Amino acid sequence: MARGMVIVGAGECGGRAALALRDLGYEGPVTLVGDEPHPPYERPPLSKDAMVSDAPEIRAIASDEVLAEKSIRHIHSVQAVAIDREAHKVRLSDGSVLPYDKLLLATGSTPRKLPMPGLGRRCVYLRTFADALAIRAHLRAGRRVAIVGGGFIGLELAAAARKLGAAVTVIEAQPRILMRGVPAEIAEIIHDAHVAEGVDILCCDGIASIADDGNEVRVTLAGGREIVADLAIIGIGAVPVTGLAAEAGLVIDNGIAVDAELRTGDPDIFAAGDCCSFPLAVYGGRRVRLEAWRNAQEQGALAARNMLGAGEAHAAVPWFWSDQYGLSLQIAGLADEGRSIVRRDLGDGAFILFHLAEDGRLVAASGIGPGNAVARDIRLAEMLIAKRAQPAPEALGSQAIKLKSLLAA
Amino acid sequence: MSDWVAACAAGDIDEEDVMRFDHGGRTFAIYRSPDDEYFATDGLCTHEKVHLADGLVMDDIIECPKHNGRFNYKTGDARGAPVCVNLRTYPVKVDAGKVLVQIG
Repeated sequence: MARGMVIVGAGECGGRAALALRDLGYEGPVTLVGDEPHPPYERPPLSKDAMVSDAPEIRAIASDEVLAEKSIRHIHSVQAVAIDREAHKVRLSDGSVLPYDKLLLATGSTPRKLPMPGLGRRCVYLRTFADALAIRAHLRAGRRVAIVGGGFIGLELAAAARKLGAAVTVIEAQPRILMRGVPAEIAEIIHDAHVAEGVDILCCDGIASIADDGNEVRVTLAGGREIVADLAIIGIGAVPVTGLAAEAGLVIDNGIAVDAELRTGDPDIFAAGDCCSFPLAVYGGRRVRLEAWRNAQEQGALAARNMLGAGEAHAAVPWFWSDQYGLSLQIAGLADEGRSIVRRDLGDGAFILFHLAEDGRLVAASGIGPGNAVARDIRLAEMLIAKRAQPAPEALGSQAIKLKSLLAA
Repeated sequence: MSDWVAACAAGDIDEEDVMRFDHGGRTFAIYRSPDDEYFATDGLCTHEKVHLADGLVMDDIIECPKHNGRFNYKTGDARGAPVCVNLRTYPVKVDAGKVLVQIG
């Protein structure tokens, strides 16, 4: 009898993998192990719509009813603590043991901790729905919020906090916000939007110390400035959850190292989503780790296919988005692969920056604008990147030439 | 039977493209296929209520501009994660250069 498929991690990636196994017709046992009490749910709204809602709700990827209907066993509120690779068994924190034929590690990532003393109960991180509820309770007029880190999580939360009337200060040690992966020209527009909404952004200044007395947080910057807040939200990146894999002797290289088929060094163990690093074919096999919703979704589905023997290589182009105020940003590809930039204006202040490699190949496109103004062209750019196209810079820069026409070339 | 409503002129939409049409407090998406036929669906994606008119049309697929949910705009069928609920479609005809939609 089949021991079945075990998926550790019940987030976007794990949830999608479990559903995909059933969609693909797999009839053996499928077990999803998660450390939260909820069925798999979407995390992106936690820093966006859900955060400004009066009563944030879980947006389930698969409700308990759907999981039951598809005979997906969901063991919640437990940790997987050890893998016995030889016996093909996973041990859980409640003492139970799950045998597997194939195992998928979709353990995700966890907020990077601020490595300094003085943090207390008014210093928080955002990862889970419970975290979101705790933060939401503080966001209202009259409250002061300090956000440590000018990355996406911090800035989306800054936008949400302003919408709810809280006073917001963003502290960024780098010279500008969104240093990682976002061109300066676009970061500047986001910066200006925050300033126009009343956010105080402090760049180029690291934190010297934090004092949290349980009611108030006092953040002292290296430059001497002091920020007093009712809540400090720390958003300084995420680290992959790799402990279980490392303990089991799997290779860790900025995440659980997998091949193009998302397989670890053990042929029966796969890893996917935020927790893994993998070779990206479109950039000559460059090893990357992505913390992105769509990647988690696509890799969950791909891992499921490969657990059933498809032998299919990951071929997607990285893509992510962020919403702040009325602006939406989308980036396809890896902008740091580019050597030159061509700008295309789309009207209404929306524009796209095309990043070209030395040989003229399109390697990334970064767009920003109101609503979903850049979505269509970013999607077309993504297809051009996947095709390794070398579009003429004049064509990319001219609004008169449709991007779709370049795809056929 | 409800009436046919003029949504736009046939030439307002490029081939293999989509545009938004609002009527009676509702919003729709009107499509022109690569083979020059017209179609209509509800305007908002069934995943997160994002308007599909900002999305990309490729062959007979409309892709949501936000999260890449895909639908066949001719039939309304949802084509995989993150969308699982089909789009409602509406009959369309072209008469005297106008695209008419039968809004039920």
